[in-house]
Amino acid sequence: MKLTDLTIHGMRELLDRGETTARELTDAFLNRIEAVDSRINSYIRVTAEQAREAAERADQRIQAGKAAPLTGIPLALKDIFITEGIETTCASKILSGFVPPYNGTAVAKLLEQDAVILGKLNMDEFAMGSSSENSAYGPVHNPWDTTRIAGGSSGGSAACVAACLAAGTLGTDTGGSIRQPASHCGVVGIKPTYGRVSRYGVIAYASSLDQVGPLAHNVEDCALLLQAVAGYDPHDSTSVDCPVPDYLATLREGVAGLRIGLPREYFIEGLDPCVKNAIENAVATFRELGAEIVDISLPHTDYAVACYYLIATAEASSNLARYDGVRFGLRQDNGSGLIDMYRASRAAGFGTEVKRRIMLGTFALSSGYYDAYYLKAQKVRTLIRNDFAEAFKQVDIVLAPVAPTPAFALGEKAGDPLQMYLSDIFTISVNLAGTCGLSIPCGFSAQKLPIGVQLIGKPFDEATILRAAQAFESATDFCTSAPV
Amino acid sequence: MNITQETVTHVANLARLSLAPEEIATLATEMGSMLAYVDKLNELDTEGIVPTAHAVPLENAFRTDTTRPSPGVEKALQNAPAASDGCFVVPKVIE
Repeated sequence: MKLTDLTIHGMRELLDRGETTARELTDAFLNRIEAVDSRINSYIRVTAEQAREAAERADQRIQAGKAAPLTGIPLALKDIFITEGIETTCASKILSGFVPPYNGTAVAKLLEQDAVILGKLNMDEFAMGSSSENSAYGPVHNPWDTTRIAGGSSGGSAACVAACLAAGTLGTDTGGSIRQPASHCGVVGIKPTYGRVSRYGVIAYASSLDQVGPLAHNVEDCALLLQAVAGYDPHDSTSVDCPVPDYLATLREGVAGLRIGLPREYFIEGLDPCVKNAIENAVATFRELGAEIVDISLPHTDYAVACYYLIATAEASSNLARYDGVRFGLRQDNGSGLIDMYRASRAAGFGTEVKRRIMLGTFALSSGYYDAYYLKAQKVRTLIRNDFAEAFKQVDIVLAPVAPTPAFALGEKAGDPLQMYLSDIFTISVNLAGTCGLSIPCGFSAQKLPIGVQLIGKPFDEATILRAAQAFESATDFCTSAPV
Repeated sequence: MNITQETVTHVANLARLSLAPEEIATLATEMGSMLAYVDKLNELDTEGIVPTAHAVPLENAFRTDTTRPSPGVEKALQNAPAASDGCFVVPKVIE
């Protein structure tokens, strides 16, 4: 087995036994990135020099017997995480050349453990997209079939793991942006509960929905990464001061006796038969493992996409007001004054999808339309949230598809924004309800494209969905690397 | 709802975005179809429903008002498109 194929857990064992070094692991990944990533385009920036320096520090720490769980493990970050001294662009021209003066909390926590950061990963510009095609650095290609999308917006984070170009990655999920690419690339990805992981130093898209989470080859690695970054942070007043359990401690407790709900609204027309089949097989596996399967209803599911595209765009229009050419980022000055400088800088710096969402969000917040659109959406959000609260009175976990189809072809939906938005139909409600969800591989299409199943948990109960996912992974054989 | 090019121009001004004429035409169509889609929310009676701003109950986060180290002027200005004398430089605001 190649070093780059190992899980984080496997690397830890070799490092701690002295059978490899962080330097050797880091070089193996850097060589593989060099050889493979031109076909995937998962990295925007490879930070080889800093990675080798970090590996040296990690090796010293390991030799001193002071290794933390992630010491010496090569990881990579979605380019939405600001990194001190390393250019951070959010895949946008408007942040070209932006070198942050500090690290965000999640990154700082990884660095405290002397994890090795290999570089910054491609994504949809400002996390706005479902295919990682909206990037100033070109689209991400799916490692299972490079003519197809990797999913989005954390497409680089998912493709990078699938192609073994880092041991694990961090992404963000506002409407499915960790779970959907994880499903399309055949890796495990978890969106924790809103408030679980600090967003300090994470570039904001929609502040009431954004959440940080890990992607990795298997459930245990995801749990390990989540453990490292979860927890209250005084720098993020929306992070919640709620104890973080030991995720590994309960990981192998199985699913016997757990109640798993199947929401009837998620098994609809338009669900690709191969996805439906894979999900039904997953349900059968959970039943065999001793879980009780219960039919449930989430009656407002059909309204989630409409609700999301008002709330997310409204919040985006406000968050992205900061890109005005004054304090950082691109400035376009044609000499006709401050307001024209704002307009010209934003026009030159933002891509088409970002402009579209800023426009829709500005409209939804504008005088005369606020009540009819933004406030209405916030009320519908309450109904969606109540659906989950009711469901979780009956069940411990909700099981659903992640995406209606396997990865579609690059360019297939680029011309039709609404069709692209509808591809998030099964993931968006979880963000609106603020709870946690993960995607774990559960099968393949006839074309050998991965399919994920979504396990949705109660707020702050990541431990239960991780435990169920671990039971599923142990009973099946879908967590394999992409053939690149 | 029908979105006119005048509405697009008005919203673009609020958003401080300059748009080319062809962008205005495209956005009028796209925003029109998005708003037609989101109109389905009106099928729901939301009378008396309390709006959700954040899904997790959050309280105001107070902290003690103490001095802490700041990044300093140099770091704060390191990404400025134009800076001078410890300040950001912008185009003239008042004639």
